[in-house]
Amino acid sequence: MLQQIIDQAPKFFGYYNVLFLLQAFAATFLLSLAGCVLGFALGFVLAVTRRTADWRLAPLRVVMIVFTEAFRRIPFLVTLMLVFFAFQALKLDVSMFAVALFSVCLIATAFITEIVRAGLDSVHRNQWDAAAAMNFGYLETLRYIVVPQAWKVMLPPAFSFFVLFIKDTALASQIGVVELTFAGKVLANKGFPAALTFGTVLVLYFVLSWPLARFGRWMGVKLAPTRTR
Amino acid sequence: MPQLELVDIRANYGDLAVLERVTFSVEKGEIISLIGPSGSGKSTLLRVLVGLLPPAAGTVRLDGQAVDYHSKAAVRLVRSRMAIVFQQYNLFQNMSVLANVTIAPVRVKGQPAAEAEAYARKLLDRVGLGHKLDAYPDQLSGGQQQRVAIARALALRPEIVLLDEVTSALDPELVNEVLDVIRLLAADGMTIFFVSHEMAFVREVSSKVFFMDKGHVVESGTPAQIFDAPRQPRTREFVSKILRH
Repeated sequence: MLQQIIDQAPKFFGYYNVLFLLQAFAATFLLSLAGCVLGFALGFVLAVTRRTADWRLAPLRVVMIVFTEAFRRIPFLVTLMLVFFAFQALKLDVSMFAVALFSVCLIATAFITEIVRAGLDSVHRNQWDAAAAMNFGYLETLRYIVVPQAWKVMLPPAFSFFVLFIKDTALASQIGVVELTFAGKVLANKGFPAALTFGTVLVLYFVLSWPLARFGRWMGVKLAPTRTR
Repeated sequence: MPQLELVDIRANYGDLAVLERVTFSVEKGEIISLIGPSGSGKSTLLRVLVGLLPPAAGTVRLDGQAVDYHSKAAVRLVRSRMAIVFQQYNLFQNMSVLANVTIAPVRVKGQPAAEAEAYARKLLDRVGLGHKLDAYPDQLSGGQQQRVAIARALALRPEIVLLDEVTSALDPELVNEVLDVIRLLAADGMTIFFVSHEMAFVREVSSKVFFMDKGHVVESGTPAQIFDAPRQPRTREFVSKILRH
């Protein structure tokens, strides 16, 4: 097998194949990035809105709770299909990549909302009381007092979710999005050794998730330093 | 005109009535001690005053003006004049001592940072913690944290300070360092509400003592009246129990 890999490698890493793999890598990268960044931003907004006591936002809160509870329970593949058929039913002509992008953001938002909510809840009630008694508003309390203390609880599950999530973007191949896993299949079908194609795909996934995990640890040190007495 | 006046104040936690028909008035500079068994409503009364638990009925008047606890603006105004110090200190864990004391003056009141910092240093010096400016709350003892909490409350230049069992979470040795700080405040002529089980101290500093039980103010009077000649049987029972040892 090793001999076969060595023989095929020059052809495998030919110009068009590399270009193809890079395009697929870019698709996976974009799906992951959109999921992580938009998912985090939207998840944060949702969690913060869900926590408000304002009665005028009550209907919105119900929608949010249904959204997070539902999308955390539906398999990613089912979400993809749902979004795909929803776009079709609405007669919106969008690319498969856009469908995947939208699905990825939905899922990430639902999960991150829960992670942020748990983080905010982990900060003791008395911190809110002290802030309220000193006339801090809701957003000021979050910004200066609660969120800085919640990072410690939010970051580890958020980044472990991101790392899992990068791998889940592979499911986008099921609706025909050319991302890494899809590219691996195409190249294997062309007759390249499976060990070579999927080995390359593996390395590329690693290239994506390793820096992300490192970044998560760096954020942890930066935002939630542990102090020694 | 009394500085603070409460008329028929009631408050509930859900269905549970925790304050019932509380009525009294307080003059500027008075030191009011609230004593009574646990669950009698002492801490709740302070939470009501500062708007953390809006009263279910009754009127609070501050300098003759009725406070509408359901109006955000009115509550803001009340909180700009009253500061509360909690039993568990409630210092912001993510900030140094100095930041804890300066954050509200700078972010809420919009004071220039340098000015707020200078005043914070002065207050922290006064409570004996001028050397701990850069420490974090979890690096301090309970007594030190409580003194920071008092400095933090004073940084907002309140007219009335509410002290909610500020010594109950402390080791006996640390109680005195906090009580010394409160003596300083008392000498400054600030109006103070003091919820406490430190009876000797209550007797020493209070201008008035309110004995509370089951959400009612059962009896009020000078420390001598309450401790030496209580009129109500319930007060007599409580005082005889706590002064026995």
